[in-house]
Amino acid sequence: MGMTIVEKILARASGQAAVKAGDVLEPKVDLAMSHENAALVVNQFLEIYKDTGREPRVWDPSRVAIIFDHRVPAESPKTATNQKKVREFVARHMISKFHDIRGDLGGICHQILPESGYVRPGAVVVGTDSHTTSHGALGAFAFGIGATEMASVWTLGFAVNIEVPATIKVVVSGTFPAMVGPKDLILHIIGKISSQGANYRVIEFHGDTIKRMSTSGRLVICNMSVEAGATSGIVPADEETVTYLREEAGVKDALDLVQPDGDAVYQQVIAIDVSALEPQIACPHTVDNVKPLAAVAGTRVNQVVIGSCTNGRLDDIAMAASLVRGKKVAQNTRMLVFPASGRIYQRALDAGYIGDLMRAGAVVMNPGCGPCLGVHEGALGDGEVALSTTNRNFKGRMGNPTGEVYLCSPAVAAASAVTGVITDPRRGA
Amino acid sequence: MAHVVYLVGDDISTDVIYPGRYMATVLPTETPQFAFVDDAAFNGKLKNKQVPPGSIIVAGQNFGCGSSREQAVSTLKGHELVIIARSVARIFMQNAVNLGLRLVVAPGITAAVGDELTIEDDRVVNTTSGAVFPIERLPRARQAIVDAGGLIAYTRKRLMGTPAA
Repeated sequence: MGMTIVEKILARASGQAAVKAGDVLEPKVDLAMSHENAALVVNQFLEIYKDTGREPRVWDPSRVAIIFDHRVPAESPKTATNQKKVREFVARHMISKFHDIRGDLGGICHQILPESGYVRPGAVVVGTDSHTTSHGALGAFAFGIGATEMASVWTLGFAVNIEVPATIKVVVSGTFPAMVGPKDLILHIIGKISSQGANYRVIEFHGDTIKRMSTSGRLVICNMSVEAGATSGIVPADEETVTYLREEAGVKDALDLVQPDGDAVYQQVIAIDVSALEPQIACPHTVDNVKPLAAVAGTRVNQVVIGSCTNGRLDDIAMAASLVRGKKVAQNTRMLVFPASGRIYQRALDAGYIGDLMRAGAVVMNPGCGPCLGVHEGALGDGEVALSTTNRNFKGRMGNPTGEVYLCSPAVAAASAVTGVITDPRRGA
Repeated sequence: MAHVVYLVGDDISTDVIYPGRYMATVLPTETPQFAFVDDAAFNGKLKNKQVPPGSIIVAGQNFGCGSSREQAVSTLKGHELVIIARSVARIFMQNAVNLGLRLVVAPGITAAVGDELTIEDDRVVNTTSGAVFPIERLPRARQAIVDAGGLIAYTRKRLMGTPAA
């Protein structure tokens, strides 16, 4: 019986010839990522060793990555102290994949991992962040875990008692219409299968649209797979993956492009044609409350946010810049842009995109999670409306339970920043 | 036997259970003060110890969706609340098992605030309404962790079973 990609990855990581959905395994972990919540992981890790008479020891410091992104620079003494404690732990345990608050090497964990070459096809990646699903874009099996589970991984080097997830195959065909892209596709899928349509399952992406999609676009669809409840999203590694890893991430070692078997068993197969896909909007307060843009066009917007681990890459910023160039952000609308990493920020600066955005009235912020999860900056006022390229619109998400968040693509966000209302980018701002 | 103290609907995210703006608070001893903090009435009852340990929250589908933040579990565990949900998002379920939060999946559960529920091996009985709701078994992969008393104890046991480095 054939195996899906994730079954193959888990078979290898647990030293078995073949596995199937439902089997319980303990796969070795190739990369274990945390952000500021490493402060809690450290606490739980030390708790495991308490009264054991053993010296706390991270199983393999070269496989642990810690990236500060959720509150950078720190917004409070409490966060600054958490970051300080993590820094001390990193030094003591010689963790090398550490990205502090820096303009060159800093950024959002889900951008830093791919661009730094930390993720390889076929790898098992765990992260104390639900959007760890992103790294399936490079053909890895990547999933989110809690802090205590991470402490267990730091101790043992494997994930305990993992049940092999079933896989949903999504086959995407057709060419995107102008101003429609990966974000619209994944919002459409989430709207179609619901916020729990893929709970406990993996989404494996196939089809000619995916083959032609850049790694940046694949990161978008894998990132948001978790919003359908998926354990992970995954794209079979191909020439695009190799090009990205060699040219962008500087990876030199041999790559194993794990592919699913032709007779792999899928729980469900979904076919989608994007040729006539409209720009999609996820309306408050659930990500699966997805409508075609036309249904909410004209809705007044107080704050436009472009960035996050979903849509803060160079192509997103280029799109936004092209739509506001020579124009002005509407009165009484704030446009906040936060590139996903220092590298992206620098390139956007060199390409002139940052200047285009600032001259139009956008505020360009430092790389990080920014307003997405309402903990740091860009909070909404009472009853205010945000239109955002981020990934969640739950009640309270952008820092205010009376605020409303609509999710969309960078093109829709930028066009709407100019008009101050939700606007179809194909009609012009 | 315990009473239902709070009802919530579908897709209750970890942002609602434990808003992101309190995420700099990480220790399980400190997180309970922020449980459902945006609902001032319920949060006030919890903080004023007006909710007895073992009290039940009844939830709809996809409870605990969204962020993997473990504070959303430790904040409920700190009040010794019991969750009965129609379905639960994966990461929240694992965090609940790992930290020992009592969480029951009963796909048909309906109840009103004040109802008295009894959780049995394979069903929940609403003794107020007389209705009975079957329970979905925990994924078997997680049972060993529950049996060990949580993931810290389980991992410690596994660690001590390996030769010291």
